[in-house]
Amino acid sequence: MSTPMGAAAPNPWRRRALLWLPLGAAVGAGAGFLGMLRGLRTGDYDPRGVPSALLGKAPPDFALPPLEGADRPALTAADLRSAARPVLVNFFASWCAPCVAEHPFLMRLQRAGVPLMGVAYKDRPADSLAFLRRHGNPYGRIGVDQPGRVAIDWGLYGVPETYLIDKTGLIRWRWAGPITEEVLGRDLEPLLRRHA
Amino acid sequence: MQGERSPSPASGGGLGWGWRCESSGASSGRECTPTPTLPRRRGRRRLLTLAFLLLAAPALAAVGDPAERLPDPAQEARAQALGRELRCMVCQNQSIEDSDADLARDLRRIVREQVGAGRSNEQVMRFLHERYGDFVLLRPPVNAATAILWAMPAIALGGGALMILAARRRRVAQLGSSRSLAEPAALSPAEQARLARLDGSGGAAG
Repeated sequence: MSTPMGAAAPNPWRRRALLWLPLGAAVGAGAGFLGMLRGLRTGDYDPRGVPSALLGKAPPDFALPPLEGADRPALTAADLRSAARPVLVNFFASWCAPCVAEHPFLMRLQRAGVPLMGVAYKDRPADSLAFLRRHGNPYGRIGVDQPGRVAIDWGLYGVPETYLIDKTGLIRWRWAGPITEEVLGRDLEPLLRRHA
Repeated sequence: MQGERSPSPASGGGLGWGWRCESSGASSGRECTPTPTLPRRRGRRRLLTLAFLLLAAPALAAVGDPAERLPDPAQEARAQALGRELRCMVCQNQSIEDSDADLARDLRRIVREQVGAGRSNEQVMRFLHERYGDFVLLRPPVNAATAILWAMPAIALGGGALMILAARRRRVAQLGSSRSLAEPAALSPAEQARLARLDGSGGAAG
């Protein structure tokens, strides 16, 4: 009689494990969410962030006209290939508020000697010019992309966006959004040092 | 309430119960019986609303002005089908065909240009996939990163089936054990022999 009863009763260890399983799952999920929340606060984690499809690839082939009156040459893909050091390409527009917010950091990068290329995205040249006159011009070269077609080749989905191109001419980093103190310290400066 | 809502009880247009009146030839006057008018009337209105919404859905899907459309209706249909497969990167939960974002409009134009130039669906999708990655595809491709996503229906279904199987097995086991208690299995030859011996000895003693 004891034999059938023993087979029917579940293994006590298995039973205990089943008891702890939901608790373990809840703890794991809680830790995951906590990590996400922390990431949200520091900017590490962005639920709407999308990795660029161009990472590790060469920038698309393009040739943009210069911004008349800015005293800067035009921007083409060749200018990014022949760089002796990592180059930043920044898409901006005068109508974009986050661009104003990030501009002081671009100026700081320029003063530090980082080559910066600008692309004026869907902006009237006169407005772009007024924007640069007012906030300063950190760009070594400026291309005007009024129809926004070159931006689509880059996989851009908003302004500002900043791309880092290393010495070999490959895209190493894309930041969709304004460059802030945290982005500068956490991502960009280490990357510039690594690819220098 | 009934009087306020409907002009005449016979019309039965109000909420709740209406009065259905029929003049019967033989008896005097009219016979009125309470009739539920609500489900019939409201049901019809609901059906109409549903039909309207269903018919309106394709119209809503085609945002954008007619000037954007391709002159060839077959090509336009192809462009729309492609656009519905592509995510608007700005709004993220809409297709570029549904979105009125600036970038979505640009992408719609690109899709139409390429369709108009005679490119195949695969070529158009590849063009956008090269620029915007997997995320632009509303139906993500199967790869290592999306394997769990795609396997989820099978995992959920399999897990459910396993749970049902486990529950059934437990029930059968319970049923089996209770039955074995109620009506024990037949004795084995060895047990029968022992029983006979015990019986024999018992009988000798008694």
